[in-house]
Parts: sequence; structure tokens; C-alpha cells
Amino acid sequence: MNQTKKIILIVLFSGLFLLLDVLISPRLNPYYLQILIYCGINIILAVSLNLINGFTGQFSIGHAGFMAIGGYTSAAFTFYLGPKILETLFFPLWFSKPLVFVLGLLLGGALAAFAGLLVGIPSLRLRGDYLAIVTLGFGEIIRVFILNIDAIGGARGFSDVPKYTSLFWVLGFTVLTIVVVRNLVYSTHGRAFLSVREDEVAAEAMGINTTWYKVTAFVIGAFFAGIAGGLLGHYLQYLHTNSFTFIKSFEVVMMVVLGGMGSITGSIVAAVILTLLPEVLRPVKDYRMVFYSILLVILMITRPQGIFGVREFNWDWLKKIFSRKKAQAEGA
Amino acid sequence: MQEFIQQLINGITWGSIYALIALGYTMVYGVLKLINFAHSDVYMVGAFAGYYSAHWLGIAENPSVPKAVLVMLISMIVCSCLGMTIERLAYKPLRKSSRLAALITAIGVSLFLENGGQLVFGADPKFFPQLIEGQEIWSKSGIVISNLQLIVLLASLTLMAILQLFIYKTRTGKAMRAVSFNIQVASLMGISTNKIITITFAIGSALAGAAGVLVGLTNPKIDPIMGLLPGLKAFVAAVLGGIGNIPGAMVGGLIIGIAEVMTVGYLSSTFRDAIAFGILIAILIFRPAGILGTSTTEKV
Amino acid sequence: MFRQRLTVVTASIFLLIFGCGKKEDVIKIGEYGSLTGLTATFGINTDRGIQMAVEKINQEGGLLGKKVVVIVEDDQGKPEEAATAVKKLINQDKVIAVLGEVASSRSLAAAPICQEAGIPMITPSSTNPEVTRKGDYIFRVCFIDPFQGDVMARFTYNDLKIKRVAILRDIKNDYSVGLANYFAEDYKKLGGQIVGDESYSEGDIDFRAQLTSLKSKKAEAIFVPGYYTEVGLLVRQARDLGIRIPIIGGDGWDSPKLIEIGGKALEGCYYSNHYSPDDPDPLVQSFVVEFKAKYGELPDAMAPLGYDAAMILFEAIKKAGSLDPSKIRDEIAKTTDFPGIAGKVTIDSLRNAKKPAVIIKIENQQQKFVKWMYAEEKI
Repeated sequence: MNQTKKIILIVLFSGLFLLLDVLISPRLNPYYLQILIYCGINIILAVSLNLINGFTGQFSIGHAGFMAIGGYTSAAFTFYLGPKILETLFFPLWFSKPLVFVLGLLLGGALAAFAGLLVGIPSLRLRGDYLAIVTLGFGEIIRVFILNIDAIGGARGFSDVPKYTSLFWVLGFTVLTIVVVRNLVYSTHGRAFLSVREDEVAAEAMGINTTWYKVTAFVIGAFFAGIAGGLLGHYLQYLHTNSFTFIKSFEVVMMVVLGGMGSITGSIVAAVILTLLPEVLRPVKDYRMVFYSILLVILMITRPQGIFGVREFNWDWLKKIFSRKKAQAEGA
Repeated sequence: MQEFIQQLINGITWGSIYALIALGYTMVYGVLKLINFAHSDVYMVGAFAGYYSAHWLGIAENPSVPKAVLVMLISMIVCSCLGMTIERLAYKPLRKSSRLAALITAIGVSLFLENGGQLVFGADPKFFPQLIEGQEIWSKSGIVISNLQLIVLLASLTLMAILQLFIYKTRTGKAMRAVSFNIQVASLMGISTNKIITITFAIGSALAGAAGVLVGLTNPKIDPIMGLLPGLKAFVAAVLGGIGNIPGAMVGGLIIGIAEVMTVGYLSSTFRDAIAFGILIAILIFRPAGILGTSTTEKV
Repeated sequence: MFRQRLTVVTASIFLLIFGCGKKEDVIKIGEYGSLTGLTATFGINTDRGIQMAVEKINQEGGLLGKKVVVIVEDDQGKPEEAATAVKKLINQDKVIAVLGEVASSRSLAAAPICQEAGIPMITPSSTNPEVTRKGDYIFRVCFIDPFQGDVMARFTYNDLKIKRVAILRDIKNDYSVGLANYFAEDYKKLGGQIVGDESYSEGDIDFRAQLTSLKSKKAEAIFVPGYYTEVGLLVRQARDLGIRIPIIGGDGWDSPKLIEIGGKALEGCYYSNHYSPDDPDPLVQSFVVEFKAKYGELPDAMAPLGYDAAMILFEAIKKAGSLDPSKIRDEIAKTTDFPGIAGKVTIDSLRNAKKPAVIIKIENQQQKFVKWMYAEEKI
């Protein structure tokens, strides 16, 4: 796809999202809007984690830590530096505010990516289970550090974060995440990630710099997790480390595993299912986690590849369904 | 100086608990190469088993040592059964699957026990009844040792000593060592690996159950999620000492316990949970085999 | 693929069913509190007080001819859950006012949401001054921590004649951190010395490290402005470590569970509170008797405060003569000399209530009234 086509697509989609936001957000019950926004955020989380866990085969269960970094950093930026920037810039508010927001998000993502780098480095020497514990540990360490920084609320939480997140931004970043990860995976780099997953030693023997790819997976995955954290923070207007414990990390892992580690479509679908399910099960809220955990165990025993395995959504499927229907109609 | 010694004593008490839990992790990992995430929740069940059996036996009214021992035994038996059940239902079907699937299953079982516990026991904390009267055993120059701390230490040492004897002086123990070394060759040698694995889980879980009761003695607040953090720290202890190495687990547990208490006492309580992970990362970078562990070369 | 679509459709249908509320002619009030978790008795007893108020008002014919219904949400003692709960109450249940919470951290999480939505919020017992600063729709019917800290400072220095105090605060809670600071400030002004300052986190079960550290500082008392679960546990551990000095605290100690957890270790400890069931005032006694008959135990401070908050809200709705939240808000602000169970309530310009505090001593594993403490007029 050439450059102009890309730019036209971006402009078109942005316009579409903006339209959706302007039309839907004020009219929709805030509860449903919240669910939509959560779906988007969870999709970003699941897809970004899938890059690390599914495509590169590294077992990371500390994703919530990256989310926390992104969330707190972007919130600190918009809360402390935001007003000053808004004062000095000459642009009209409707332009500067989103600018500050995007800057904050990117900063959050960047810091999270840096954390991903730090986490990725020990991963060089560690195999599956150990890596899992180390990522879990990092998630905890990040949480403890945030607890100790009083300027961002410390143990009491960060309140009064400006409400910048809207449907437009969530849609935009969700699509961005999916596009970036998809393009990455379907490129030559993507092959390298997969080779690391399949057989690291063989890949190394083939001349692939497994270290570089493992670390890159962490960095990119962490970046998007950070963005998701920033979006969440600026929606809830309140951040607390309690929201970023390993329980949150497990929830994202569940989405990836349910959807199929190695399928972007799977992550998207599973993220949506696992966002809607708690709401549907709200009347039996107490049983929800018990149900989840049993589901996880049964899933692992019976169908460890998840719903989609490594398959992706394909336009061909639709064609197949339609051509089958046509054949049926003609046959009848 | 007094403060330091007192903190040391506090640390050793916690360290013994971590050591007991770590033993379960290290034994299961040695035999199955699996991190049994659910182990921390077996510890939690042990605490609750102790709580309920203590009430059922009417201990709260007249505490006594024999009754306390009985509570601990009941708890150990309950946990043993629980451990074996988990192994049979959740881990056995996955023996041939990828390590990742097994790990995720372990996480699933852990979540199940925690949330199931919240349903069955109620999410609110319960308070362990006083099984034994707390008394100062020794208090000189500002250092106080309570009988409860002494009991925890002695009980842990006794259990660990029994375990060592079992592993090194009995045939089953030898079989367990063989299975840890190489499971395929062990089964070729005629060892019933299934039986050994079951026994490993039984013993490890029993120790976790004992730890649960001992914790109930000294830190009476118990709740269904109490196992998560101690479990992780105990795992770090196992890695620190050398995973698969039994004396290593004991040493690792003590070190983690002392490090944690010193951090809280001299630095800040907010770093309490992070110190264990810091140690983990350090050990994995500098000496991945652990303190007492041996490095094995991986054959491709 | 089809299965996915089926799930989504089913899910949407479920959502529609549960999302829409039935339209009934009632007055809906929202309540959020910690019905579970480490501070469960706070939420439960506040709820009991509120339910008693609702029953009473409905017996008298309701408000403006309509029945009053309270929709209760459990925040499990977590601030992020409090924010979610309040959002649900306002957006989904469409309540016209919100009652809650006891713990300042949770009130702080919920207040901005209520303020932005223009829904008045009355907290029965959050004492951190920040809560009402969140906006002019946020009120409280209890005293605030600068006063409480001063009360405990004065009591400790003047009455207990203690000159050296160590502090052990809960850094996870705004209440604890704030109260510790206010106490320290006033205590030092009186001439006392703060010889040590350690912290723990709500949820911790082992405090020996911090207690050991404080023991070496040779304090004459330890000020622990935390919540009852941790306080009960740590007082026991303190005694195990040979720490015999009095341990003192604030209204976060007030719970029937405190003595259950702390037992004999609490002997000779003091804390400040909003009210005492020993108060001979007939208004208080009739409430105590009614509560005991209903629930089988003496009410702690949360129940009468919950009752008062609800009654003040109902009074404001009556006076406003409408269900318009902004009119209700204005009437709440005008509350003067309301005869509350936990003391007369006058809402001041900062939307706080000026009330005296009571000192409670724990003797023979019971809470005993010691004295009233009033605000000192600063000359």
C-alpha cells in the first residue's frame, strides 16, 4: 500500500471514529459507553500481550505493571504539566487539550516500553517458568515503587486525573494497536518472532538474533500496554495500584489464552467476550471468578490452543460461507 | 544491637514459615519441573482447616499443647489430600502437554481455590483462635522471645529434619531423588513414577498445611487470599536456595524471611513485598542455579 | 464465527434486561460502603443506621408522598471500587443523592464523580478535610481530622501526661496519614516529642519489624491512627514483644471487632470517637436500645452517624420540596442545629460539621466513656 493510500485511510478512519464519538457518546447510556471503552482497552492489552506470549513464546504475566507505568506517567504529565502547557500554547483549546493528552499517552507508552526493555533483558537467560515468575516479580516491584511516590498519590491513589479519554481515542488506539501488531507479525520480522517461539536454539543457529527479537517483543508489547493504562486512567479519573496487581495480569493472560496464543483475531474476540462476560454475570458476581478459573483449567486440558489457535480472521471464510449458501440455494 | 537481634528473631520466625512452604515448591519442581502455583492456596486451606478444626474441637475455650498438635495434624492430612487431588485432576492430564499449558493450569487451580475459598469461607478475614497462650520465654536486655516464636521455629526444624531423614534414609526417598534426577530413566529402573509423584505432592502439601497452622498461631488473621504473596516469596526462596534442592529451600526461606523483616524495620514497610522479587532477579542474573544448587548443562 | 456472534447477541440481550430499570414511583437514594473487606463493620453498621432511618421515614409516610428506597453497593473497601459503585448508582440507578463512605480514601475516590454529576453526597464519618474540598455538593456530618488530631494531642499531653510519643501510621489510607500529621503538628506545639514514625499498609498482618524499631525509641505511648483490624493485630504483637506502654488512636478503631481481635492486649488503650453508647442523653439511649433489639449488639459510631446523615438528607429533601439535586444540595448546606444521635449537626461554610469528640478507654475488654473534648477557641 503506498503512502498516499495510507494517509487517506488514516484520515478516513479518524473521521469515522470522530463521527461515531460525536454521535454515540452523548446519546448512549454511560454504562454501555463504559463497556465499549473497556472493550477497546482490553483489546489493546490482549493484542499487545499476545505479541509477547503468543507470537514470541515468552511467558509474561506482569503486563499490568506496564499498564500501571503508562497510566501513572500519562496522568502525572496531564495533571502537572498539562495546565502549564495549555497556558503557553497559542492553539485553541480544542486542539491543545487532545495534544496534551496524546503527548501524555505517548510519554506513558514510552516509559512503559523502557520498562519492557528492563524486563526483557533478564529474559535472555531464563526459560518459561522462571521468566513467568520474574515478570510477575517485576509487576510487583513496579507496583511497590509507585506506592512509594507520593506525588502521584502513593498508597492512596491518584485522583482528579483529567477526563480526556473518549470513544474516539479508544477506537483510534485500538485500531492502531491491531494494525501495528498485525503488520509486524506478517512481516519478515514476524517470522523471526515465530521462530523464537518454535525453537529458540534452532533460530539462533539460523543466525536470528533471538535476544533482539525477544526484547523487541517486550518493548512493543509494553508500549501498547502503557497506552492502555493511560486511556484507562484518563477515563476513570482515578488511578490506584490495586487495579494493577497480578490479578489484572492474569485477566489479560486469560484473554490471550482463551483467544488463542498466536491469533490476533482470537485476542480481539476473547477480549470482547471477557469484557462483556462480567457484566452479563453481574447478578452472580461472586461466582464469576470461580467460573473463570474452572474454565481456564478445562480449557487447558481440552483445548489449550484456545478458540482460534493460530488462525486469523479471513475474508475467505465469509466467501466460503456465502458460496456454500449459494450452492445450497442452487441445489435445493 | 538489641533491635537488630530482635529483628533477626522476627525474621527467623517468618523464614521458617517460608521454608516450609518452599519445600513443597522445590519438591514438586524437582519431580515434575512444574511451578505449582496452587501450592500457596494449599497453605491457605491449611490455615482454614486449622481454624475450623480448632473451633470444632472447642480449643478456643481451653488451649493446650496436645490439642494444638492435633489441629496441626488434621490440617496436614487435609492438605495432603487436597494436594493429591489437585495433582490427579489438574496436572496429570497435562503431563504430556507443553510447560506453558501446565503453568496456566496451575494458575487456574490457584484462582479456583482462592475464589472458591472466598465463596465457601467468606471473603472477610477470620481470626485464628489462641491455641496456645502467648508468653514471654526470655526477655533480657530488651530482647523478647515469645513461646509462639520458639514453637514455630522448633516445629519447622522438626518437620524439616524428618523430611531430610525420609529423603535420604528411606527407599521411597531414594526413589524421589531418582525421579527428580531423570524421570524417564527412573521409570525404566522400575520405579512407579505416578506413585512417587503422588507422594511428593502429599508431603509437600502436608508441610504447607503445617505452615498454615503455624502462621495462624503467630499472625492470627487468615483470609482466602492470604497465600498469594507468601507463596510467591516461598517460591523465590526455593529458587534462591537452588530449585529442587531441599536444604536449599530451608536456607532460602530463612534468608528471605530475614531480608524482609530487616527491610521493613530499617527501610520502609512499603518495600516489604518487593524485596523478595528484588532478590529473585538478582539471583537469576548472578547465580541462577541458586545458593546450594548445581548448574546443569542443557543438552539440545 | 457464528458462535461468537450468538454470544454477543445473547450478551446484549442480557445487558438490555439488566440495564434497564423498572420505573417505579419511589425516591432513590444511593449508598456505597465497605460491606466486605478489612473494614467490613464500617459499611455494615453505617448501612444498619441508614436502614433504620429509611424504615422510620417510610413509616411516617415517606418523603413528598413517595416511598424512600436505598440502593446499596459494596465497594469491598477499595477506592477504585467505590468510584465504580458511585458511577453505577448515579448513571444506572439514577439516584438523587448518595450516602457514603466511612473511609476517607473511598470518599475521596467517589466525591469528584458525585460533584461532576451534580449529585449531593453526604459522608457520615469520613474525617479527612480533603473530602469536602472536592466540591460544593460534598458534605459531612462529623468532625474533621485537624480537630481530631488536636483532641488526641491535648488528651495525651495534658490528661495522660505523656511527653514522648511514637507514631505508627497506615500509609495506604488518606485518613491515617492525615490524622497522623495533624496529631504530630499539634502535639509538638504543646511541647511533646515525636520520637519515632513508622508505617504499615492496610492488609498487613505482621507489624513486628516496625514495633521492634519503635520499641528502641523509648516512647511513652504509640499513636496508631489506623483501622480496627490492623490495630487489633498490632496491639497484640506489641504486647508479645514486651511493649507495655499505652497505645492510642482515633475513630478508625471504633468497631465491635476491635476487642474481638485485640483481646486483652488492648487493656489501657484510648481512642477518640464521635459518640459513646454510654451517653445518658435520652435521644442516644433510645437509639441504642432500638439498635440492640434489632441487631443484638451495641451500636458503634458508624450506625448513629449513618442514621444522622440519612435523616439530614431526608430533612433537606422535605425542605426543598422537590427531587432536584441542586435544590436538595442547597438545603443540606443550610442544616442548622439538627438533633442528631451523634450530636447536634450544623453544616458550616466548608460543608463540615463542628462537633465535640469523646475519648474512649478500653478496660476489661470493654469500651468505656472517659470524657468529652471540645474545640479550643483560638484567641
